[in-house]
Amino acid sequence: MKKNNTNNSNSVLEWIDYRLPIISLLKHSAVDYPTPKNLNYWWNFGSLAGFFLLVQIITGIMLSMHYTAHVDHAFSSIEHIMRNVNHGWLIRYVHMNGASFFFIVVYIHIFRGLYYGSYKAPRELLWWLGIIILLLMMATAFMGYVLPWGQMSFWGATVITNLFSAIPIIGEGVVQWLWGGYSVDNPTLSRFYTLHFLLPFLIVGVVVLHIVALHTHGSNNPLGIDRKGPQDSIPFHPYYTVKDFFGLGVALTIFFFVVFFAPDYLGHPDNYVPADPLKTPAHIVPEWYFLPFYAILRAIPDKLGGVIAMFSAIFVLFLLPWLDTSKVRSATFRPIYKLLFWVFLVDAIILGWIGSKPAEGSYILVGRIATSYYFIHFLIILPLLGYFEKTKPLPSSISKPVLAE
Amino acid sequence: MKIILFTIIFTTLFIQALFSASDGLKPMKYNFSFDGILGSLDKNSAQRGLQVFTEVCAACHGLNHLAYRSLEDIGYNKSQINNIAKQFLIDDIPDENGEIKKRNAIYSDKFVNPYPNEEAAKVSNNGAYPPDLTLIVKARKDGANYLRSLLLGYEDAPEGVDVGEGYYNKYMPGNIIAMPQPLYGDDVEYQDGTVATLEQEVIDVVTFLTWTAMPELEKRKSSGIKVIIFLLIMTFFFFLSYKKIWKDVK
Repeated sequence: MKKNNTNNSNSVLEWIDYRLPIISLLKHSAVDYPTPKNLNYWWNFGSLAGFFLLVQIITGIMLSMHYTAHVDHAFSSIEHIMRNVNHGWLIRYVHMNGASFFFIVVYIHIFRGLYYGSYKAPRELLWWLGIIILLLMMATAFMGYVLPWGQMSFWGATVITNLFSAIPIIGEGVVQWLWGGYSVDNPTLSRFYTLHFLLPFLIVGVVVLHIVALHTHGSNNPLGIDRKGPQDSIPFHPYYTVKDFFGLGVALTIFFFVVFFAPDYLGHPDNYVPADPLKTPAHIVPEWYFLPFYAILRAIPDKLGGVIAMFSAIFVLFLLPWLDTSKVRSATFRPIYKLLFWVFLVDAIILGWIGSKPAEGSYILVGRIATSYYFIHFLIILPLLGYFEKTKPLPSSISKPVLAE
Repeated sequence: MKIILFTIIFTTLFIQALFSASDGLKPMKYNFSFDGILGSLDKNSAQRGLQVFTEVCAACHGLNHLAYRSLEDIGYNKSQINNIAKQFLIDDIPDENGEIKKRNAIYSDKFVNPYPNEEAAKVSNNGAYPPDLTLIVKARKDGANYLRSLLLGYEDAPEGVDVGEGYYNKYMPGNIIAMPQPLYGDDVEYQDGTVATLEQEVIDVVTFLTWTAMPELEKRKSSGIKVIIFLLIMTFFFFLSYKKIWKDVK
């Protein structure tokens, strides 16, 4: 005992690590973990996404202690949180806007991957796990939006669950099974609450797999070339921990600005009207992060076709590693792809704008053109581009990008 | 870089355009005491608004989510609040004979509804349900401006417009509203001596209803300033550390 006095804390850690190697695991994957030294700020968004997931889980658990999942009480229990629970308004506004920021951060993270070809070999499964996280997030966010039981909660739930009635033969049965009855009602609300509580923990599980897959081959980088040796890497800590903290500071400043000064900006006023099954709102719109997919759904004149198109818009991402035939990862060295990336981004934003508009007049035409382009980009342009595009010469290594010329 | 800038501008415009779908005229802008980052609630105005609400609006509209005790936020003390509450009768808990008697409301009760239920409200109002007003400012786009415009926006229906049982108001989506013009000026005699013009009454009641919708507004904005200042300083120090640690890389 006396011998160890000077080095007490370390020996405790060693004692633990000898029996349960969590210390060396952390050291391996969050401290020494070799990272390309040329990552730019777009690589901040992965850790930010993880941060917002944690924020959502923590604030969500706090809210669940005061929320009542019953059609007669849900709306007023939210108002109870906003008025009577200590700092309830803050917790609820953080949770509400946290969902939006989680999506903003994840969408930027995805577009980062698209630009720098992060989905290409050997990172296909890493990409797949990311898409699964996105799908789970969408399900979670959709069910969370139903819980306040406002007008948009109710009618959004009605529209989206009704999509399943497009399935031939069994559609009606599936919808009633989802509802637990003959319309969106109390059984629907209470199962959505259960699943809204459960799914985030599944997301945590998939995030762990996402990180394991990431750490197997390491991060991609802005040049999109593999690291040639230790001179191309730096340890994660302190270099990227401090950079991530700086990014987090910027993100939190923007986030809390919205939370404190415009907390309802990203929401819809109709959701402060209690749900009324007898009164349909003039325009039913989903939360902003679903709008591009909502536009694709409505671009197809046939209900089943629309549903298939909407789901395909995400499932096509699973095929992306093989649809993109180019051997070069980063758009930096792909002049045509670089241009088309921005065209695709604008197309996605146009889809979002169309999703917020009523399906009438020229909005329908624009929606159809934008939807067609979405799929043309993935299914026609990307496979062909790999064969025709003349790429710029790649640098020989991350440390000596100039030598390539 | 230009493309990024373009994308950002486009996205902002798109988010602003999101919820502009409505048939009513765009509300007139007014500079309320609670607007802006440093805005705070004019408590005298909110108290006058409570008077307008109690003497006019409360004939048909409720404030379901609000408790009398919350009135402390706009500057009343407990005995004043008890005096306000006791004007209203509320169902007591069943007594020893199992009968439910009425009693005067007190400090801890919620605002008493003018009607016992939605059906009773509808039958007294030509089948239209006067909505609960606790959250009305949040439940309408640009709520405070909308409400002010609506209350000032009653007009005779133009030639050829059939309003049926309703009234013409150009700020109402669809331009026909079931509620007759509620305020004309001089509807109340303000306890603090302020002249009760129509404009004054409207601003006061909108201020009051903004408070009922967002009782946290003042606290939110004042803590917001502190949090943002803290975050800016913290972020600045993270930036310095980042630059220092990365100095030797390359």
